[in-house]
Amino acid sequence: MAAAVSAADCGASVLLVDDNPALGGQIWRGEEANPSVREARRWTERLQHSSVEIVRGFRIFDQLRPGVLVAESADGMREIRYSRLILCTGARERFLPFPGWTLPNVMGAGGLQALAKAGMPIREKRVVVAGTGPLLLPVAVYLKRHGARVQLVAEQASRNSLLRFASVLLRHSGKLAQALGIFGSLAGTPFRFGCWPVEAKGDDRLRSVVFQQGSRTFEIECDYLACGFHLVPNLELASLLGCEVKDGTVAVNELQQSSIAEVYCAGEPTGIGGVDLAIVEGQIAGFAAAGQQQKAQRMFPERARHRDFANALEKAFALRPELKKLARNDTFICRCEDVAFDRLAHCRSWREAKLYTRCGMGPCQGRICGAATKFMFGWGAESVRPPAFEARVESLMGTKESAPEVRV
Amino acid sequence: MPDALAVSLNGKTLTVPIGTTVAAVVFIAGQSSFRRSVSGRPRGPLCGMGVCFECRVTVDGVRHVKSCQTLCKQGMQIDTDE
Repeated sequence: MAAAVSAADCGASVLLVDDNPALGGQIWRGEEANPSVREARRWTERLQHSSVEIVRGFRIFDQLRPGVLVAESADGMREIRYSRLILCTGARERFLPFPGWTLPNVMGAGGLQALAKAGMPIREKRVVVAGTGPLLLPVAVYLKRHGARVQLVAEQASRNSLLRFASVLLRHSGKLAQALGIFGSLAGTPFRFGCWPVEAKGDDRLRSVVFQQGSRTFEIECDYLACGFHLVPNLELASLLGCEVKDGTVAVNELQQSSIAEVYCAGEPTGIGGVDLAIVEGQIAGFAAAGQQQKAQRMFPERARHRDFANALEKAFALRPELKKLARNDTFICRCEDVAFDRLAHCRSWREAKLYTRCGMGPCQGRICGAATKFMFGWGAESVRPPAFEARVESLMGTKESAPEVRV
Repeated sequence: MPDALAVSLNGKTLTVPIGTTVAAVVFIAGQSSFRRSVSGRPRGPLCGMGVCFECRVTVDGVRHVKSCQTLCKQGMQIDTDE
């Protein structure tokens, strides 16, 4: 939204293509219809008053040739032409396999919140929030505010690393106030550092979760486990377009420009940093893509400040090595194809795992198990091939017809 | 304008507020399992945002619809793979 508005303010003709029916992405989910966050309301209003044309519910799945993308919605497909492209593809939660993580009612932390926002009843439900990252506490607050009984918030990061993080928070007064507000609303909810889930138990659904803290283990009965291990960037589209990806993020220069000159990238794909950093990067990308480099440059100091915070965040919530060892031999790592740990333990690479076990070959195309195996085994995906997302056969046929003729 | 609509889940009619997703309907009905995995295990939503495909159900006869990203419409017929 920030990128689109900024580019349009410079006089560029802007088309905003959103994968979801409502604007706001994952963090500002629902804000367009019922604004509750001031920044979200501000950007929604700026967008409404701008000349930006908005296309909703369209997911870009391929690039026919440079400057021509194809996108699909529930009702059809369309071509999208651009001279400059700004990718703001966001992030998803990282999930790590542990025994029982495939049981129904074990879900992501952001996942449970998203479902609750969409009408899933949580009042009086017993919920345990676990994993790592700055998302856990706001999710716990949301659930509690909507009547859920939050039994425990378990953060795998140690008390020391979070205390170091707290000292960085002191430099960012806005964030500090936010953090204090969160702790205030969680009064009475048990919170543990250095604590992580080792097993989810149940039959046809989750019944209880076993946690480890130091050398001690304990079990908590619950209806839902909301468990995510921070975030991983959505890189599929950038990779498909051929943008250079380095250390798991899209490589960009100071103007948010990728290795392909006409493609810019802002927000989580260039490094997980949260909404404030994403807004500033979006503005820089918007200005730069519209040819207003000076305007973009004026925002560099603000970006540096948020980037400093993002770096501290990444350090504070680094995954502890014990989490690599949670899966047992029969724990499914790939949920689409039900590939268990012992079948993957013999593979040497992501490619070998795909070829021999079908790991990562199901409908999610490795979006869940890819991040897990990267952490557990150090594997990385070598390439992304079109379609970057699942697409209907009719849409794929459509792209054939409109593809340029080949002359021999 | 009515603020609720009727859908059917596995043949049973439910009334839900407008803006409810198909995934939420399954939970409202007290169900946890949405589908069976390739080895027959019960599964339910994981990511809540259209990435994991664990929440797929059949909507109006169309299989493999991601229920977390689909809004309910009046008269919609939803079937889980129970």
